[in-house]
Amino acid sequence: MTLMDATAQAPSTTPLHVALGLTDEELDGIRDRLGRDPNDVELAMFSVMWSEHCSYKSSKPLLRTLPTAGEGVVAGPGENAGVISIGDGLAVAFKIESHNHPSAVEPYQGAATGVGGILRDIFTMGARPIAVLDALRFGDPADARTRHLVDGIVRGVGGYGNCVGVPTVGGELVFDPSYTGNPLVNVMAIGILEERFLTLAQAPGPGNLVVLFGSATGRDGIGGASVLASATFTHDDPSKRPSVQVGDPFSEKLLIEASLELIERGLVEGLQDLGAGGITCATSETADRSGTGMLVDLDAIPRREPGMEPFEVLISESQERMLAVIRPDREAAVRAVCERWGLPCEVIGRVTAAPDIRVIAGGLIDDATADGGQVPAPEAWELARIPARALTSDAIVHNRIAAPPQRRREAPAPGAPAAASGTLPERGMDPGAVLLALLGSANLASRRPVFEQYDSTVQVNTVTGPGHGAAVLRVKGTAKGLVASTDANASVGAIDPWLGAVLSVAEATRNVAITGARPLGVTNCLNFGDPTRPEAFWQLSEAVRGLGDACLALGLPVTGGNVSLYNESPTGAILPTPEIGVVGLLDDVTTAVGPAFVADGDTILLMGSAMPGLAGSEYARLGGLTMDDDAPTIDLGAEKRLQACIREGIARGLVASAQDVSGGGLAVALAEGAMWSGLGAQTRIAVAHSPAVDLFGESPTRIVVTTRPRHAAAFELLARDHGLPIEQLGPVGGSRLVVELIGSGATGASEARGSRVADPIDLPLAELEHAWNHGLARALDWEAPAAAPEGR
Amino acid sequence: MTRIGVIVFPGSNCDRDTMHAITLAGAEPVELWHEHADLQGVAGIILPGGFAYGDYLRAGVIARFSPVMRSVAAFAAEGGLVLGICNGFQVLAEAGLVPGALLRNRGLRFLGRDVHIAVEQADSQFTSLTGPRRPLRLPIAHGEGCYFADPAMLDQLEANNQVLFRYVRADGSVAGDADDPANPNGSMRAIAGVRNAAGNVAGLMPHPERASEALLGSDDGFAIVRSFVESAAASVGAGDRGGVLVR
Repeated sequence: MTLMDATAQAPSTTPLHVALGLTDEELDGIRDRLGRDPNDVELAMFSVMWSEHCSYKSSKPLLRTLPTAGEGVVAGPGENAGVISIGDGLAVAFKIESHNHPSAVEPYQGAATGVGGILRDIFTMGARPIAVLDALRFGDPADARTRHLVDGIVRGVGGYGNCVGVPTVGGELVFDPSYTGNPLVNVMAIGILEERFLTLAQAPGPGNLVVLFGSATGRDGIGGASVLASATFTHDDPSKRPSVQVGDPFSEKLLIEASLELIERGLVEGLQDLGAGGITCATSETADRSGTGMLVDLDAIPRREPGMEPFEVLISESQERMLAVIRPDREAAVRAVCERWGLPCEVIGRVTAAPDIRVIAGGLIDDATADGGQVPAPEAWELARIPARALTSDAIVHNRIAAPPQRRREAPAPGAPAAASGTLPERGMDPGAVLLALLGSANLASRRPVFEQYDSTVQVNTVTGPGHGAAVLRVKGTAKGLVASTDANASVGAIDPWLGAVLSVAEATRNVAITGARPLGVTNCLNFGDPTRPEAFWQLSEAVRGLGDACLALGLPVTGGNVSLYNESPTGAILPTPEIGVVGLLDDVTTAVGPAFVADGDTILLMGSAMPGLAGSEYARLGGLTMDDDAPTIDLGAEKRLQACIREGIARGLVASAQDVSGGGLAVALAEGAMWSGLGAQTRIAVAHSPAVDLFGESPTRIVVTTRPRHAAAFELLARDHGLPIEQLGPVGGSRLVVELIGSGATGASEARGSRVADPIDLPLAELEHAWNHGLARALDWEAPAAAPEGR
Repeated sequence: MTRIGVIVFPGSNCDRDTMHAITLAGAEPVELWHEHADLQGVAGIILPGGFAYGDYLRAGVIARFSPVMRSVAAFAAEGGLVLGICNGFQVLAEAGLVPGALLRNRGLRFLGRDVHIAVEQADSQFTSLTGPRRPLRLPIAHGEGCYFADPAMLDQLEANNQVLFRYVRADGSVAGDADDPANPNGSMRAIAGVRNAAGNVAGLMPHPERASEALLGSDDGFAIVRSFVESAAASVGAGDRGGVLVR
């Protein structure tokens, strides 16, 4: 393959830098930094490192505004993963990352290598990966291509995670037509480390050896970062296939064990995984962090096949490789560890004081007087010489133009479905029928057909696995537990990207808080469109502003994440999707509270109050209602008080179960508490706005709590102390879900106080369960799911 | 303290979980690396779950040729107690140490869920502490767990009391062969675990080590782990391995 071949068949008249995805302005920037023209190899190195994926050249000015400081933060943005201390000498490492475009081109391998890549980010820090959460978004489930993608991506996530032995404990699965040509595969990984083993991606100490271990370097994943991840693409283009990496989870498993053994034995000074940008990225990032450079012996890099061009070796994204910086006297010990795990291991260069990445072909020879202890052999030649910082911290930054859309609200076309107003979609429609339709809808039905394809219990830490709210994991050797959730509110984000991001943070943290855990920090995966389009960049900048505002208000640090732009296909851009991952800490994992009702006779309470607005809700989607500006807002101060209140209530032993009100609204939250426990409920809801808003609206900052009857008054008092509205809805019990509506004047003057303003919901649990259990399989036309055994 | 060996193949991923359960059961786990033939004098051996050598070709097919497996076969031939869990069961079946074969799941998908199994031989060395007859709830997590043997062999297994565990419904009734969700992988005669004719080597697809603590949802599997540890300890105490273990 020549360099031009690698550029997806650009016309031969196209200048090389343009074919590689660089602009004229960027070529000038490269010339400025080198003081000369780059050669072709250097240009290829710049093209991957200055890609959006590696350089964050559009998002960097925005990301700098995020709050990153917080209690216990050991490592924050810029490292491979965020690390936060959890006491007992332990810390948790976590990060979320996207693998959207590779998964669109080759769903199985794209998703599999997405898992592999984020796991490497975790164990590179010295942490053993203990859990994966996958947040997946697809187009219309009735679409044949969507079904192909769902099948391949789910198999890929499972195929990789199951084999490496890291449980998949949670995530999201969302369908929206905007993702039809551009599915989202966001994978979050969590690891546990002893703080003393924290390892950074650095290259200190001139003269230290640069070691590459793991798989050999092949031609897969050439230009993955630049060709695939950083440009709008058409999903069916077979010329992009070579840009997708191929995963080998068996090698990854060996790489985990070998890397952790090297770290625990104190054999490495710095460690970096090879992901996007391959050897170019790993060498330049580690050197730049330490203010050093590297002399790289190209010939020493193990290859999978002969005849690879130097640029291919340097930018290949072959998977399951690691770069270690070690002291020369530890070479034998490092080789022995790698050999035990059956992993090839080669010294490929030296750390130098001169802060350049120099790539030499033809060999290096020892010279004790030279910088780094080696010099090029007499017959060798230099392929590239680039200041490390020019590739990384001093990469070009673009100040993109942001502009809100001209018209945020389109006039409805004649005959178009009505905008979401506060009423049930059709006169006379039974709220019970709406509830069943929601429970059976593709976005709210049980995810069991998907998560049963994952191993969720390996490593014996899973207290609460997928399917019932946030994941809860015990921390072996301590009484503690970790709680994790991923959430994104894209449909509100499409109306107001600031609000969408704020709601995403609020929901993810609330899901963690309702178990009793204290959220520790936030990782984020920002999935947006083409940043050169002012409207898309406006969405991104508004979402980052919302992310920052929400994290500041809730007192949480952003410890890292990933930006995925150009998520567009010929049919348009995706909904702006800020996927938020939150990890929380339980001091005593046995106190974790779940969303399922617990006992007959317990009192059901609703904390928080409904706000008007149905836009962006699953109810609006179900009713085919057009989006308008009518999305519920949020009071972040109330959200903070709500989360503090539920944690305090749980700590005081007042709470039997807690479930947040989100997709499908209060009615769905009640149905879930009932279905997941097998216990019914007899409730009455005062209609404050309209039956649709109160039953199915998704306004935030609400939790359905159950308490033992004798604790109800104490919990109500606690809520009022926190300045939160709270009302009793009725008792747990029976085998039916009953929700009566009590008018309070909002739906019309004719109703006297106390009269019904809509039919009650009155359904046997079996009917709810049937709708919920079969909805996803029906939507995807999969084989009907097996009946779920009780318990997990 | 009773020392129980846990084989670690490259790609084993339940080795640590199994060692954790052995520790909970009051025994000392000993890592047995696949390249070493020395069994370090352990009282019993567990082959853990995972994807030994990647299992790209067929589950367990490469692992059976590893140096440690020659020692395991010799240990088993002398009457030593050996248990294979999930991938460990697949390896034992490939090695011919337990009868039958594990095929791909009926649905051709990996399946991770809780199942119910019945203990068919309550007095075996693997089940002696499982208590009164009731279904045990254990997780499965496998893509190739469909137990297969020809009808004659199945009849022979039944006649010899070699079927140790069967998939059952929550009420304890035996799951059907096909299209019964209680038989998650389509195993013939709903077989979830078997032992060899001598009774000292067994394999099962569900994971007892993952159901060994109530905190994690079920401790039904812990009785299997404890049975194994106790039987292994007894075999050492008796000093004559073969005499104790072969029925």
